[in-house]
Amino acid sequence: MIRGILLLIRRSLRQHFLSTTITVLSVAMACGLTMAIFGIERQAREAFIGGRIGWDAVLGARGSQLQLVLNAVYFLEASPGNIPWSMYQHLKHNTPGVRLAVPYAMGDNYLGYRIVGTTSEMFDEYRDRDGIPYQTTEGRFFDPGYMEAVVGSFAAARTGLRIGDEFQPYHGLDFDPNAAHAERYTVVGILEPTNTPADRVLWIPIEGVFRMEGHVLRGTGEEYTPEAGVEIPDEHKEVSAVMLQLTSPTVGWNLNQTVNRQGTVATFAHPIGAVMADLFEKLGFASQILRVVAYLVMAVSIAAILASIYNTMNERRREIAILRALGARRLTICAAVIGEAAAIGVMGALLAVPVYTAIVTAAASVAREQTGVVLEAARMHPALVAVPVGAVALAALSGVVPAIRAYRVDVAENLTPHS
Amino acid sequence: MHALEINNLTKTFRAPDGEAVPVVSVASYALATGEQAALIGGSGSGKTTFLNLIAGILRADGGSVAVSGTDLSGLGDGARDRLRATTIGYVFQTFNLLQGYTALENVVLGMSFGPGPDRARAAELLERMGLGDRLHYRPRQLSVGQQQRVAVARAVAHRPALVLADEPTGNLDARSAGDALNLLREVCTENGAALLVVSHDARLLEVFNRVDDFANINQPGGVPA
Repeated sequence: MIRGILLLIRRSLRQHFLSTTITVLSVAMACGLTMAIFGIERQAREAFIGGRIGWDAVLGARGSQLQLVLNAVYFLEASPGNIPWSMYQHLKHNTPGVRLAVPYAMGDNYLGYRIVGTTSEMFDEYRDRDGIPYQTTEGRFFDPGYMEAVVGSFAAARTGLRIGDEFQPYHGLDFDPNAAHAERYTVVGILEPTNTPADRVLWIPIEGVFRMEGHVLRGTGEEYTPEAGVEIPDEHKEVSAVMLQLTSPTVGWNLNQTVNRQGTVATFAHPIGAVMADLFEKLGFASQILRVVAYLVMAVSIAAILASIYNTMNERRREIAILRALGARRLTICAAVIGEAAAIGVMGALLAVPVYTAIVTAAASVAREQTGVVLEAARMHPALVAVPVGAVALAALSGVVPAIRAYRVDVAENLTPHS
Repeated sequence: MHALEINNLTKTFRAPDGEAVPVVSVASYALATGEQAALIGGSGSGKTTFLNLIAGILRADGGSVAVSGTDLSGLGDGARDRLRATTIGYVFQTFNLLQGYTALENVVLGMSFGPGPDRARAAELLERMGLGDRLHYRPRQLSVGQQQRVAVARAVAHRPALVLADEPTGNLDARSAGDALNLLREVCTENGAALLVVSHDARLLEVFNRVDDFANINQPGGVPA
């Protein structure tokens, strides 16, 4: 009986090859798209809210916490401004509960990849959320006394920079071939991939940013241009942001009170994940719309299965009558029709895997290029199981209507004419 | 036990104008187990309706049809389907082969709903019918005579106790008709199956020992005796 039903299903799918192919492709597209929407959203949320980034908080110029986080953590937005070096020093030396404070000075790029001036603590003391420090695949970390650079893995791959290469920084965050600085930096290290935005950064000593040709320091409020061979007084120095690791969330809460509520100079963003979660909440309507679109596409593809099978029921009436005359029960015929719809769903669900992989791979490429965040097609997500299973179930359900029509086929009427 | 036993069987259809048209009214008819008989009658005399009533494809208005001792009138749709799948073989007038399936698959499907598919037996039967090199041909790739033989193979593949054949020689030349009929009779004899052939072809008179005139046993409009 089962083999008979399977033969009926196989033959029917082959007989209606064109409509079968189209409906299978539509289910595959719908399934793949839905899986991708759920998968990408989940991974993006995890990457931006959780992820491997090890900073608890960031201090920067007065303004939006979100802009500060996007600029200093994800290297996406323009800097909201600078804060005096003294604030960094105060956090580092005089603030209980600050485990690590690392300054960032930004404002230059190389071929569009951001150059960040920082201290050696970035490489010596920083650990990410998993306790892993930055490591080099080649070379070493920079010596703060020299014009040396350590290049993130993605930036190195895209710019082609290798150990021993020299490059000139370009002024601004966007690449302008006419804005090259005179200084030349030597690449001394390539970082291991971290799958974080840091992979897209070229790291140089912070002193290099202070002394870059054309840069002016305003730590005291007045302009100060560093001179070669002359030590820069601390009061003139300024930084774009101070990255912080704290001993406890309470420290962050206290700093929030001090900096954001009582102060007027700086902005303190803590915890970083909460700031990004707030962004995702604000963008929640967009994901809702995407989900609705995915559901609609899925519904249309399921309706296509129903229509494609239902429309063939007229031509199948004689075949059904013959099968019934051979002894096939009504329920057997129904099972064959529902099985055919389910088979289309199964084939669509299987084909959805390459569709999903293609969409996520394309999205991952854009995300990696734009943000440094890595999305993986192979990362497990409940939607990767639920969507295909749901699609097969819905496809089978769509077969019920034509199955009922098949159930009602009158055998004698649809066999040979009466003699 | 009779392979087929009919008593007071009636069937009436409604004409488009609503008038009741009696088509079948058979007082009594029977076939013994393994018996082979021909039923001769003119076109439009109700022979196909008679066979469809025997096969349980149509429900009778009255009377009874018992196949191998099972009275169809008391059976639901599922049970009648089951009876066809296991006990009745049917060679249709227009063969009714499934066009999307090969000759072999047509025969296999004939077994699928009853004893279960047996490709080896299906292939063996088709070879015996002279279609060993046409197993994977579709019906439209076969001649009319070859299609007829596929239909015969399908009707006997599940070893039914009763085989019904509706005008099995109607579309064939004399030689093909004779071949098809001989094969059908041969296999039925081997299986111990009763065979009832209805036709308007007088050539059948020469082949069967028992030939009944359908006009004599069917008295539509009259009261069955």
